[in-house]
Amino acid sequence: MDFVLLAEQALNGVQLGILLFLLAAGLTLVFGIMDFVNLAHGSFYMLGAFLFATFYTWTGSFMLGILFGIPATLVVGVVAEITCLRTLYARNHLDQVLATFGLILFFNQLVQVIWPLDGLSVPMPEFLDGSVNLGLGIEYPVYRLMIIISGLAVAFGMFFLVTRTRLGMLIRAGASNRTMAGALGVDINLLFTCVFGLGAALAGLAGMLVMPIIQATSGMGEQILILAFVVIVIGGIGSIRGAFIAAIIAGIIDTLGRSFLDVFLLLLLPENAAEAAGPALSSMLIYILMAGVLFFRPQGLFPPQQR
Amino acid sequence: MKLRNFMGIASAMALTAIPASAMAEPIKIGFVTTLTTGAAVIGKDQQNAVNLAIEHMGAKMGGRDVKIIFGDDEFNPQKGKQKTEKLVKRDKVDIVAGYIWSHVLMASAKTVLDSGKILISANAGPSPLAGKRCNKNFFNISWQNDQTPMALGEVLNQRRVESIYVLAPNYAAGKNMVAGVERTFKGKVLGKDMTKWPTQIDWAAEFTKVKAAHPDAVFTFYPGKHGGAFIKQYQQAGLTGRIPLYSVYTIDSIGLPKMQKAKLKGVLGTYMTQMWAPDMKNAQNKRFVADFKKKHGTYPSFYAAQAYDSMFFIKSAVDAVGGKIADTDGMRAALEKADFASVRGAMSMGKNHFPVQNFYLRKVVTDSEGNWTTAIQDTVYTNHVDPYAKDCKM
Amino acid sequence: MSKLRSPNVVFRIFILLLCAAMPVIAPLVGEPYWVDIFMRVMIWAIAAISLDLILGFGGMVSFGHAMFLGIGGYTFGILAYYEITNGFIQWPLALLFSGVIGAVVGAICIRTKGVYFIMITLAFAQMIYFLGVSAEEFGSDDGMTIYDRSQFAIGSVSLDLGDPLIFYYFTFALMLVVLWLVQKIVNSRFGMVIRGMQSNEGRMTAIGFDPFRYKLVCFVIAGVICGLAGILMANAEDFISPDMMHWTKSGELIFMVVLGGMGTVFGPVTGSLVFLFLSEILSNITHNWHLIFGPFLVLVVLFARRGIDGLFSKREKPDA
Repeated sequence: MDFVLLAEQALNGVQLGILLFLLAAGLTLVFGIMDFVNLAHGSFYMLGAFLFATFYTWTGSFMLGILFGIPATLVVGVVAEITCLRTLYARNHLDQVLATFGLILFFNQLVQVIWPLDGLSVPMPEFLDGSVNLGLGIEYPVYRLMIIISGLAVAFGMFFLVTRTRLGMLIRAGASNRTMAGALGVDINLLFTCVFGLGAALAGLAGMLVMPIIQATSGMGEQILILAFVVIVIGGIGSIRGAFIAAIIAGIIDTLGRSFLDVFLLLLLPENAAEAAGPALSSMLIYILMAGVLFFRPQGLFPPQQR
Repeated sequence: MKLRNFMGIASAMALTAIPASAMAEPIKIGFVTTLTTGAAVIGKDQQNAVNLAIEHMGAKMGGRDVKIIFGDDEFNPQKGKQKTEKLVKRDKVDIVAGYIWSHVLMASAKTVLDSGKILISANAGPSPLAGKRCNKNFFNISWQNDQTPMALGEVLNQRRVESIYVLAPNYAAGKNMVAGVERTFKGKVLGKDMTKWPTQIDWAAEFTKVKAAHPDAVFTFYPGKHGGAFIKQYQQAGLTGRIPLYSVYTIDSIGLPKMQKAKLKGVLGTYMTQMWAPDMKNAQNKRFVADFKKKHGTYPSFYAAQAYDSMFFIKSAVDAVGGKIADTDGMRAALEKADFASVRGAMSMGKNHFPVQNFYLRKVVTDSEGNWTTAIQDTVYTNHVDPYAKDCKM
Repeated sequence: MSKLRSPNVVFRIFILLLCAAMPVIAPLVGEPYWVDIFMRVMIWAIAAISLDLILGFGGMVSFGHAMFLGIGGYTFGILAYYEITNGFIQWPLALLFSGVIGAVVGAICIRTKGVYFIMITLAFAQMIYFLGVSAEEFGSDDGMTIYDRSQFAIGSVSLDLGDPLIFYYFTFALMLVVLWLVQKIVNSRFGMVIRGMQSNEGRMTAIGFDPFRYKLVCFVIAGVICGLAGILMANAEDFISPDMMHWTKSGELIFMVVLGGMGTVFGPVTGSLVFLFLSEILSNITHNWHLIFGPFLVLVVLFARRGIDGLFSKREKPDA
């Protein structure tokens, strides 16, 4: 096996994992602290991408686009939370799943109505274009490297936020025992809104980061949403550390599976079947992993401290 | 003599008077295309072309008014099938046309053909309908999927390309495209990745494999919005300029303006094959392209050109049967003659009801106003018959 | 005895009569296409009833129930592809596979609870979905057109499913059978145990019932009935594709159950009818119909949680 190929695919896997983490982090926080299943989380990913593209068109600047895009997505998340999602906290998970499912349909169509039909795209900024030589013969696109670095920065930021700041302490308290935290005088509603907005902003950031690579289109959130749910289940609901590790694992499994599984299958199946089965089966791998985790360790690999 | 004349005229008038009431009804054409989801740009292009065609023909075929009922397939075979059912059973259209996607067409064809109505594909050309499952009431006015990539395979041979890496989506058309290029290309295929369609839009893993394989060229097929994303990532992966890219149906007039705006590298000067280009000099095409540009501000894509043709194709048959579109046998005979002015110039209808036509080498160039467009460089195939025609037992 | 004339019962009889008479009514009002819509309503109703069995009565929120539609449909489709068109072979095999896979999947999933159950059923549905996608020979993502419907023939007596009218009433009959069957199950001792499990599993276990076994059997039964819906769907549409098993289809099934009234035998029929008809009407008004449909679903969850059945009757809510 070619070392360079393996190394580059591993980097690709990490990059995908980082994107998954950005989505999973918000999702696991919302789920862990507010016990709220938000299927529409993928919609924030999509809206982040569209808002970013719009700001980019207005300002002509990549950085400004992101700078405006993040708070914009946060606002959308907060508005959604206050208007319709808040009432669902008291409901059971099924109701939450159904209501947010309806929201997905709405957002997907909304995006088609507001923005041009074939989606938007943002060109790669000059300073992030091209590939860089990482030594040992590995050449990797600069932009994807930037995604990895940004994602790691966010991960550290989250870690710092949760463990070293007052807000983080409140979040952990709310996750641990919501009622008690409320009884001690914490404004739970405000806390929840903050957490939800943070989650939306993270998802939006992920959407923005992929923009130069792909185009923003309606429905782009669904596929990655399911993966994000799988990631948080594997990692442990409510645990950011778990989300990070599980996301990286998921990204690597998916990428390496796509790259090498068909080679492996060619040993067993005829050519046509192996070519089609490869990508499909590699998609299955992550679900098999989740099923396994749920069976043997249902609380996830790195669950947060129990209430 | 006079009496016989009189009798002749009287009976002729009597005959025409009876179906007059039926003739007053407008002709209803069902057109299935993609009007929502990210692929809707193609559908809108087709819709614009169809409406322009109807305008150009004065909204009349065979003396009757024409009404187009558009159906949205939502880029999904099941939904497309349901829309087709609606058009046939509820709207009771006289004829069904359209279909961008091969898998949507394959799912929907039986519904139309079982009802005895005529079905005309304005884009999708899957191999089963050209060969084993050809049907007397099915016509294709675009091409058979394998043909365009077969022409590209020839081009690769002419340019002495010895090895290629293939990247295409894993659905009916994608498989046909790959089969087509493998049919004529004489060199080695170093690797082939059939990606998940339409969900996979990130080719990082695949481009890494391409780099490791060191092919002479890359062959690809990614219609719609995937084309733009593919070219972008190709450039980002550092492959532009290093490994030449040959494509079919990936770069078209819909995507070019955006690619130009995004200043994508590796688009100008790339080659592709097709049976039409906006710069063709026949009168029908000149009027079509000029009016389309005037109305919509961009060049029409080949999807639009085919949709435009489909309307005039139907018109030629309806005119031939004097407006009696219910006369399916007469319509069929007229359609087989394909006696109409196509924007692609001369063509005829093969015995499997797929066109017999030329295929050209096209290049992305800049026009006199500085816009990116495609122009014909050379003729690759003359009067080409698709490879599945021999399997059709009609 | 006033139950016989309660608005609920009248409503249900009305719906059934509507279904029965549709092939006559539709041509009369000049909308023959409605027969096709009602055909789909009945097939989805069968699937939704099976889901209600585990969801409404058993309290198991399965987000992967659509996988059984695919199993039933694909078994039939694959056999048809290999020119085995005898319904007496296809249908029992399809139901058998649904049952077997239901048992295997259920055995793993039922060990979990709550949101984890939702996720793991989703995971299995996705796995089977991807399996369908990877089935190159059977069309993978494009799906596969089926050219011959199931043939049922005993001697000289045959059931021609190619005849739309016969197929319609055959499906109607099956729906009635399923309704009767589920009604019987729910009111049997087995059904009581299942409903008791939803109400208070701890207490049921204390009395001596093994929740795992009862839930598993319930899950398998639901899977088999849904597999039946799958075969009917594949026959009716002359088409199978992995799309039948997409997770959004499972979501739509849950919606039909909730819309009609969770935990009632007849609710899913109403739910299926309203859901499909609303989709139909809205999609005729605008291509962007999800813009209205999405919020409608949200509103139903927020304000009409007990569904249409809840509008009619003042039922006691089951213990949480």
